[in-house]
Amino acid sequence: MNDVLILGEVKAGSLDLKTLELLGAGKKLAGDLGGEFSVVLIGDTVSGAADEALPYGPAKVYKLEHPLLQGFKADLWLACLEQACGEINPKILLMSHSFIGMELGPRLACRLNTRLTTDCIDLAIDPKDGLLLRTKPVSGGNAISVFKCPGEPQLATVRGKVFESPEAADGKGEIVEMVPHIDESMIKVESLEIVKEEIVALDKADVVVSGGAGLGEEDGFELLEELREALSKSFGNVMIGCSRVAVDKGWISSDHQVGLTGTMISPDIYVAVGISGAIQHLVGMVHAKKIIAINTDPGCNMFKVADYGVVEDYEEIIPALIEKLEELS
Amino acid sequence: MTEIRIIVCAKQIPDPEAPLSDVSVDAEKMEVIVDAPQVISPFDENALEAAVQLKEEMGGKITVLSLGKKVSDTVLRKTLAAGADELILLEDDQFEKLDSHSTATALAGAIQKIGDYDLILTGRQAGDWDSGQVGLILGEMLALPCISLARDISVEDGNVVVKKSIPVGYERVKAKMPALVTVSNEVGELRYISRTKMLKMMRGSRSIPSWSAGDLNVTPEALQKMGIAELSSPPDMGRDCQFIEGSSDEQAEKLAAVFQALR
Repeated sequence: MNDVLILGEVKAGSLDLKTLELLGAGKKLAGDLGGEFSVVLIGDTVSGAADEALPYGPAKVYKLEHPLLQGFKADLWLACLEQACGEINPKILLMSHSFIGMELGPRLACRLNTRLTTDCIDLAIDPKDGLLLRTKPVSGGNAISVFKCPGEPQLATVRGKVFESPEAADGKGEIVEMVPHIDESMIKVESLEIVKEEIVALDKADVVVSGGAGLGEEDGFELLEELREALSKSFGNVMIGCSRVAVDKGWISSDHQVGLTGTMISPDIYVAVGISGAIQHLVGMVHAKKIIAINTDPGCNMFKVADYGVVEDYEEIIPALIEKLEELS
Repeated sequence: MTEIRIIVCAKQIPDPEAPLSDVSVDAEKMEVIVDAPQVISPFDENALEAAVQLKEEMGGKITVLSLGKKVSDTVLRKTLAAGADELILLEDDQFEKLDSHSTATALAGAIQKIGDYDLILTGRQAGDWDSGQVGLILGEMLALPCISLARDISVEDGNVVVKKSIPVGYERVKAKMPALVTVSNEVGELRYISRTKMLKMMRGSRSIPSWSAGDLNVTPEALQKMGIAELSSPPDMGRDCQFIEGSSDEQAEKLAAVFQALR
């Protein structure tokens, strides 16, 4: 019985953290259905990861290995996944809401003529009809919607950090090899090069100093950088964040972006400078332990979610603040 | 260089930057009610900006498609002011609350009716349901090469070359046109449109074509509603904000003390 199938992702030969969380989700749903869950792994070498998955209790770990599957090529992965669904015939297929799941999910849904719900924060089985209930924030986080859709497999991509990875124990599952039916002619999008950039890992920050449209100009981030340096003398990881608007305006690179389509963070302190607080931004930082807002508009959204507010021009208050912080440190 | 024909899919939605107080949830009707002006979904504006940049470079034609039960041409005429050549509204009572697959079906019908094109650009996701599906499903339906999360788009010898965002940086990829590309905000915001230009376009006598489901050869069975089982308000995010008053020097001193206490 293959009730729930999970698409695992492999990083440096090992299952990534989001896959472990998916295993937790899969185990729970399979339990509710009174059935089993399995894992499918796609890549050039996934045997080590397959062995890693077994103790978490899947009935089967399906391996699709092929030299062409080195790196993520969506066209080939899609063909593998389509093939796996055809042979395994799962009721439910779950993927991470990662860049892989975000691309494969909609395209697979089209090919299998089923319906997908993306970025789910909860999943459950409706006891009345055994269908998957897919909970997802909509309207940038202004509402929470539960979807139930026809078609199999029932497809969902799942947000990170909402499910817990299950305890590893003695798994009795087996590893099943599937031979991928792929060849080079399926690659419609050719990879020319991968350019690695120095990426700011905002989710590892203890303190985030963030700027938005209210900075008025790119140079505003220089002042924020000075504040970041001053705070670094008293706090651990202090990083620069920003709103989507700041990226749109070309003031700063998108790895600094906080919010629904940027990074979702919960640092000890979040300092919002000139950010009015669009909902899609607030959902990305509202779980910070303390929120400090600096803005000239006393009516803006950011003050509604802040612990401390300063209604003042940032160009006045921040240099003065840096001075005081230096005196204290 | 040959001219390029681009189709941009742009969705009209209530302003996603609206203040919290303007948004409410009608759990009974299962609707999100936003008391805010209608705008073009932000990532779709980024897609239009990418299209206008390509047209400036190569020459060509941009057609904007917008689908809904009722689409406001006053909102969408902004696309013409920004540089699009043609705007086609896809309007039908049956286009209300469609699921992603059905929306893509209707858009695919319109695109097949248009016929010739080199590139289809959509935003990476819409600012109302944040689903991120229609663009890629559309690409699959039309059997096109699909590229997602573009931050830069160029065209070389009949190929589209895209810098697409990936977790470690970006990947440069290439595909033969026609192709579908979903666009992210790194492309840049839609260019500024002067008030005069906007007003001229609003008052223009130009008639905007509107196509119905019948015009697109889409059957009612192909148009399914989103399967919403329940809709609710999110947990309250509000906190009691303590405002720090005084001269900026006093404010700075008090704020520094706040940081000191949080160490």
